[in-house]
Amino acid sequence: MDTTETQDGPTPESSDGLPHTHVPQANRRWFYFLPLVVLAVLAVLFTVGLSNDPRILPSELINRPLPEFSLEALPNRGRPLTSEDVKGDVTLINIFGSWCVACLQEHPVLRAIAQEGFVKIHGVDWREKDPRNGLAWLRKHGDPYDRIGLDPDSKLAIDLGVTGAPETFVVDAGGVVRYKHIGPITPQAWAEKLKPLITDLRKGTP
Amino acid sequence: MIRRLLVPLALTCTLFWGVLASPAGAVLPDEQLNDPALEARAREISAGLRCVVCQSENIDGSNAELARDMRIRVRELLVEGKTNDEVLQYMVDRYGDYVLMTPPFKASTYLLWFGPVLILILGGIGVRSYYRGRTKSEAASGGGRGLSPEERRRLDALLVDDDTMNSDGNGDSKA
Repeated sequence: MDTTETQDGPTPESSDGLPHTHVPQANRRWFYFLPLVVLAVLAVLFTVGLSNDPRILPSELINRPLPEFSLEALPNRGRPLTSEDVKGDVTLINIFGSWCVACLQEHPVLRAIAQEGFVKIHGVDWREKDPRNGLAWLRKHGDPYDRIGLDPDSKLAIDLGVTGAPETFVVDAGGVVRYKHIGPITPQAWAEKLKPLITDLRKGTP
Repeated sequence: MIRRLLVPLALTCTLFWGVLASPAGAVLPDEQLNDPALEARAREISAGLRCVVCQSENIDGSNAELARDMRIRVRELLVEGKTNDEVLQYMVDRYGDYVLMTPPFKASTYLLWFGPVLILILGGIGVRSYYRGRTKSEAASGGGRGLSPEERRRLDALLVDDDTMNSDGNGDSKA
């Protein structure tokens, strides 16, 4: 017994056994953290993905000329609106409607902009069932617009890629669309985004 | 008893009727074209265009007013003689690829199209290497090929010890 034990004890097999079992174990320890890593990646993806507003679509029109259009005027109010009227200076084109609740929320900001006299705002009265509703709405809440055109069957709205009201396009002096604001213009959006942009566009255009 | 069953039955029927009827409900008769072939093409195109107001619905099934105006525009373009692809391109020019219910196949959408297959392949490789590693480690620890002669001797020695303990009558207790 004693002699065989001393012979077999230091066999290479038994000492080799240890390093072999060690390597996969170290691998497996890393494996246990995999779910945590996956969870972390998903958390980042979801945080970014879910904080994106799916309503805000990039406009296809940016840096492209405004499509040609000729809209009828709002009856008993003033001049019609055509694509030629927007050229010459930076202007805003605001899509609104008397049926649109968010437009009412935006309205005081538009009136303040109009009073400031910084930029002309043209209105597109979109999908008004009866033009008289549009006029009554403006009489009641104030009228910040220079020209207003009627778009009862979304002809211009579809050409502009409008998805809802209100939406506001910033058009430069050459009639090229430079920016699209989706949803009501807040005082903050005006002060921080739109107004500086208009100033820049006026400087940049020859 | 019959009366008690009647109400749920009626509710179920209305529900099913609603589900079955809704897809065709959005296209109103006054929108439809007189030419049945052209109208069929319009329906087909509309089914592939997203309602940009409601987002998860196509314009053919949507009751949104903008969807209705888009359906009418689709029909106007068909009457003008535009092909199906030209009509789809017309909307993409205005609303972007987003307006298509099926995302187009191009460089920026490769990840979208190949992503699931890629994940499947990566998962397969992961599972394979995991099981390979396991059988290897089992083989290395001797689990796969039985005991070495030395291990067998030691095991026999232990069993013999156990037998002698049992014969002493102290087998139950472990010293």
